[in-house]
Amino acid sequence: MNHLNIALWGVLPYLVLALFTAGTAWRYHYDRFGFTTRSSQLHESRLLSIGGPLFHFGLLFVAAGHVVGLVVPESLTERLHVTEGLYHANALLVGGTAGLATAAGLALLLYRRLKVPAVRAATSRSDRAVYPVLAAVLLAGLTATGASAHAYDYRQGVSVWFRSLFALDPDVPAMAHAPLVYRLHALLGMALFALWPFSRLVHAFTAPLGYLARPYVVYRSRTPARPYRHPALTGPDDADAPLRKRRRAHR
Amino acid sequence: MPRRQQTGPRVMAQVAMVMNLDKCIGCHTCSVTCKQTWTNRSGTEYVWFNNVETRPGQGYPRGYEDQDKWQGGWRLKGGRLVPRAGGRARRLARLFANPELPSLDDYYQPWTYDYDNLTTAPLGEDLPTAPPRSLIDGRPTAITWGPNWDDDLGGGPEHLAGDPVLAKMTEKVRLEYEQAYLFYLPRICEHCLNPSCVAVCPSGALYKRVEDGIVLVDQDRCRGWRMCVSGCPYKKVYFNHRSGKAEKCTFCYPRIEAGEPTVCSETCVGRLRYLGVLLYDPDKVGEAAAVPDEKDLYEAQLRCFLDPHDPDVARAAEASGIPHDWIEAARRSPVHALISRYKVALPLHPEYRTMPMVWYIPPLSPVVDALTTTGHDGEDPANLFGAIDALRIPVSYLAELFTAGDPEPVEAALCRLAAMRSHMRRINLGEERDPAIAHAVDMDQDTIESMYRLLALAKYEERYVIPTGYAAGAGHEGMNDGCSLDGDGLPGMMPGALPDTDAFHAPPVPTPAGTGSGAGTGLAGRFNLLNWNGRGRPSGLFPQRGEATE
Repeated sequence: MNHLNIALWGVLPYLVLALFTAGTAWRYHYDRFGFTTRSSQLHESRLLSIGGPLFHFGLLFVAAGHVVGLVVPESLTERLHVTEGLYHANALLVGGTAGLATAAGLALLLYRRLKVPAVRAATSRSDRAVYPVLAAVLLAGLTATGASAHAYDYRQGVSVWFRSLFALDPDVPAMAHAPLVYRLHALLGMALFALWPFSRLVHAFTAPLGYLARPYVVYRSRTPARPYRHPALTGPDDADAPLRKRRRAHR
Repeated sequence: MPRRQQTGPRVMAQVAMVMNLDKCIGCHTCSVTCKQTWTNRSGTEYVWFNNVETRPGQGYPRGYEDQDKWQGGWRLKGGRLVPRAGGRARRLARLFANPELPSLDDYYQPWTYDYDNLTTAPLGEDLPTAPPRSLIDGRPTAITWGPNWDDDLGGGPEHLAGDPVLAKMTEKVRLEYEQAYLFYLPRICEHCLNPSCVAVCPSGALYKRVEDGIVLVDQDRCRGWRMCVSGCPYKKVYFNHRSGKAEKCTFCYPRIEAGEPTVCSETCVGRLRYLGVLLYDPDKVGEAAAVPDEKDLYEAQLRCFLDPHDPDVARAAEASGIPHDWIEAARRSPVHALISRYKVALPLHPEYRTMPMVWYIPPLSPVVDALTTTGHDGEDPANLFGAIDALRIPVSYLAELFTAGDPEPVEAALCRLAAMRSHMRRINLGEERDPAIAHAVDMDQDTIESMYRLLALAKYEERYVIPTGYAAGAGHEGMNDGCSLDGDGLPGMMPGALPDTDAFHAPPVPTPAGTGSGAGTGLAGRFNLLNWNGRGRPSGLFPQRGEATE
């Protein structure tokens, strides 16, 4: 049993992390064309307009909640005079709501994917692998959130294990003694991260935050892979740029 | 680098198009050849980069001109231009479901026929048929709409009611108009000076090319957020539902770079398309697109264009890095002549504030026809001028299309065309020329005759004045070495990038040494992603083991 625990909570996380980073780098290098949402809104818009935002915005809150729950140690919140009761009430309320929204969104999206023929036809093999895992992770997580109200304090178990991973000193017992639903959630989560680079989940890495800082109209020169600004757009002191650039390109 | 004093306005060049609507016979050859070239792939079944609509009519996709519904283009907000569907924050908030995205039904559900049934149906009383099948999910389907369902006013008033341009006109005008005339409107991407599709793309995948103004989608950067589809008021960006990427009219850039006309232009039976270089002042564009009154947008855009015959402009253009032969081409540009000199071409829907760069010569033929059917001499200048003035209905419809509702520029353009007809008729009939005809439209006889040459004779080399592309090498050496879809990291048109550059009429010149694996070699054996239906793993999708990737 102990060997299994070491394999699951001491070794597997690193394997998954390696697969996740290397896989994403590989995908980005060889298949940038494949980094897309592969949206099916063209086929069906009504259900998506409810399910899509519900799922994605819910998921953003869920992710933020995980960061707070796993990364922020209990000592810090204590120093900020956040009582245990307040913390958990907040986690249950916000986390539970976000989780339920995400689950409702996913349910709607899954229903849509199965019932709308055009969307069903546009479902890829990786989708078929990801959707069950995603649903299972979500359900396990929701169950854990709901159960956390009474007994187990994950901030003294799961969170300690999670942080210890990054200290390269995995605290295997901290996780091994967590209730089953937490262990299940963590395992399924790792499965999801392992599938990540090879599925459409990669579109999460393409969140277009740069849009907020970009000028509206983008100009690019013909020369590929050499972003370049026309003098007409940068200012007169850069008027030589095209000449300079062409000379460079010729070399 | 020492600072160099800019001698005049900063100058950019664009290859633009003008279409002479008088000549369009609605044969759809442009649409079909374009589709064969660019969108005959899985995922783009419903996509027509070029389509021909009958006006009045709903267009493709249905009612795309109704911007209250689709929210395409720009609007003025406190004097500033913002995308009509909202600024950056609002776009990002709508990332997970774009509320303004047209559905496939707004375009049409693409279909094929089950031809197999013709030969495999069991013996029976009835002749076997080829029933329609959806190209999306393969199931039996009923065909209820197509890309030009209301062609030639097919479907009558019922479908006409869906024309957003007609809806702007009064009831009386509408009823009369339906009996008056129809004309065809071929449409491609407008390759705007102020493209709203580019502005709403969160990923920055859409861009306007500095050298020739062509608006393109970087397929490697597009993440399928679909904002461009709704952001374009002309609905000329499409979503490939297989690859999950936006695709649009490329202005056949590999052909343009080789100095060849676009496929739609090359194959146009009516020879109604003109291609040429326009020089413009990029600093004026933002200001011009933001003029408060929509009716001033046509004039404002005209003021952005620069006269290539002006030596100051030529000097400024050279200083801005535009090659000499581009300036030469701009001087001979038929597009410049039709837009700025003869002033017979008008922009399509300037009120969208995108500064479109595909302009149209409004059709005069319906006016002439209307006169002839009432027993008048349709080519008598007095009758024609009077008719243009009197036939308010066609003019106001055309004005809604081309000048945001201002009839004056449309009337002026139609009068110039009418003057040209009358003037040339006198010559053909051996009558004495009447300088009064030309003067009546502020032209002289020579200008009218050169306009006639361009519009009526429309010689190939006068219709298309396209300088070869620059930028990838100094001057033009190494420029014509094949199709720009070949090359490292670019999807070649043909798998393995065969040396058959004849497809684009460019002489197959070997790649200059030192530029790495140029056209051909780098992609040999690699799979062309443009031909991928998104399914399976065709050979060559990934590089061979051990193949250098840099």
